[in-house]
Amino acid sequence: MRLTGYNLPDERGYFGPYGGQFVPETLMAALEELTAAYEEAKRDPEFLEEYHYYLRQYAGRPTPLYFAEGLTRYAGGAKIYLKREDLAHTGAHKINNTIGQVLLARRMGKKKVVAETGAGQHGVATATAAAKFGMECIVFMGEEDIRRQELNVYRMRLLGARVECVTSGSRTLKDAMNEAIRHWVTYVRDTYYVLGSVGGPHPYPTMVRDFQKVIGEETKEQILAQEGRLPDLIVACVGGGSNAMGIFYPFLSEEVRLVGVEAAGLGLESGRHAATLGRGRPGILHGAKSYVLQDEKGQILEAHSISAGLDYPGVGPEHAYLKETGRVEYTAVTDREALEAFQILARTEGILPALESAHAVAKGVELARQMRPDEIVVINLSGRGDKDVHTVARVLGVEEL
Amino acid sequence: MNRIEAMFAAKREKGERALITYTMGGDPDLSLSLKIIKTLAEAGADLIEIGLPFSDPLADGPVIQKAGQRALSNGVGPEEILELVAAARRELDLPLVIMTYLNPVFSFGVEKFFQRAAAAGADGLIIPDLPVEEGEEVAEKAAAFGLDLIPLVAPTTGPKRLEKILRQARGFVYCVSVTGVTGMRERLPEEAVELLQRVRATTHLPVCLGFGISRPEQAREAVPYCDGVIVGSALVKIVEDYAQGSISRENMLKLLAERTTALKKALGGA
Repeated sequence: MRLTGYNLPDERGYFGPYGGQFVPETLMAALEELTAAYEEAKRDPEFLEEYHYYLRQYAGRPTPLYFAEGLTRYAGGAKIYLKREDLAHTGAHKINNTIGQVLLARRMGKKKVVAETGAGQHGVATATAAAKFGMECIVFMGEEDIRRQELNVYRMRLLGARVECVTSGSRTLKDAMNEAIRHWVTYVRDTYYVLGSVGGPHPYPTMVRDFQKVIGEETKEQILAQEGRLPDLIVACVGGGSNAMGIFYPFLSEEVRLVGVEAAGLGLESGRHAATLGRGRPGILHGAKSYVLQDEKGQILEAHSISAGLDYPGVGPEHAYLKETGRVEYTAVTDREALEAFQILARTEGILPALESAHAVAKGVELARQMRPDEIVVINLSGRGDKDVHTVARVLGVEEL
Repeated sequence: MNRIEAMFAAKREKGERALITYTMGGDPDLSLSLKIIKTLAEAGADLIEIGLPFSDPLADGPVIQKAGQRALSNGVGPEEILELVAAARRELDLPLVIMTYLNPVFSFGVEKFFQRAAAAGADGLIIPDLPVEEGEEVAEKAAAFGLDLIPLVAPTTGPKRLEKILRQARGFVYCVSVTGVTGMRERLPEEAVELLQRVRATTHLPVCLGFGISRPEQAREAVPYCDGVIVGSALVKIVEDYAQGSISRENMLKLLAERTTALKKALGGA
């Protein structure tokens, strides 16, 4: 089960057969420049010190590892801990990555950043870091997501970012990413692309994982301090997969069961889901070879999830590798189950989780229930749910609340 | 000598530049698509690129994106494009190149696709999301079936990469005129001329310029620096006008022929 001596990707950015750099030639020089700059930065103690300084003093890290007594009682099995990424500045784990990347952009002498966003969490986190470090910021967001994540659109604008509405394709994260890449192709000489997940061409999957692994490193330290041992199980939701890679990565070589939860949408059989690892097959999307939801002709399918952040037909290449090696188990939770978990966490703990994170809560509770009281489960609570209150109210009907 | 080589050799002999035209396969529908290909050929195209649509075309601007969506809504995929190429080949002798993205080819099976494309009478392929690092194996497989995998180079391509790309290049070199996606632009960018000169100095292969070339004046400007120009969006836009109902079928074919002839003239051809 454990992966010992894990040191992927290789120098071409591959995790086994997955990863690589499948982008137009115009971007290749930029990726080479970025790879070189990142390799240098991650070995520079000053850069790392500055990154950790801002994570601590600006983003509010470390985030607590909180023993969720009420949720534990509700599940009636293993002890459940929540890694409280929802308490990080801007309300999600995304800030870990954007601080790292914007610092890197500044180090590379770039003055403009561009990003894609689904739920708006990465967009807000990018706009925040851009505001903090004095960069111009453009965020591409699908029209459908702009509708369901209004609050985040307003937040980005307050932070000085320009939000570009994307009306092509399914008008969600996939299309926002297409437009962000097209923008980057056009303005590659002075613009830095802040990719929000562990997908895209090399070095993004590795770099984003490295900026997010602070979640897992803290979790390890905190659980050892609180319980004197490692957990038995860690559960995280997977859209592109950055919060999951962040918490899983420091545990890949440990005897800890790791479970990634994709969005089953209206049900895996309905065809209306975002279970890329569960129901997709290998393909090439947005610069990387990985699992992709696609039809028999190789056209990318529209994903579906109630949570905008999971509504994506691709997944990071390292997850594809971890699935095939069996090191991480991937499963899926429906819109309905996530909504139920959203309400359960609200009532048992007084915490509104992001709908993305609610998928992990749903699976974490289900698995904890099958475990002994002396066992330990950690759920990565990747973000807070304020942004989703509108969606939840619309789906449940306000009277039910 | 394959058709691409023979065409460029003949052009060089006559001191002319090649006119390469792009059309999205299956746009506005499959039978009209064949008619469009024949129209372009009759009006003087020296090589025709036939697009195999992909849902997420990263290197394309709005005009070709929409053309791809129209083709996809007609259910067009690899099988249909292979049949279209075969049908065009039965009537035409000019070089035909399939332009697409990697995923539809990967999904079909790379070797199976190349074998079928060669059998259909295609002469080469252009895959813009397959840079040289990832493309080595693919290029070898293509060559095994007699297909040229035509490389793209961009203004951002440095001297080291340029050499690496040109070492495995076949057919011709596709120079991307600007940092950007496909689409019509006003002028020939300065960086385009600089790129053409750099590439010319590094290879004996024909050097062609694409992305943003729409008008005869632009084509004429490029003449001293290249062996051919590639025109896509400006022609696809005419098909869009038909698809949106603003011009008739006859008018569309007439406009396509006129634009092709005008470009051809600008390049020194009859």
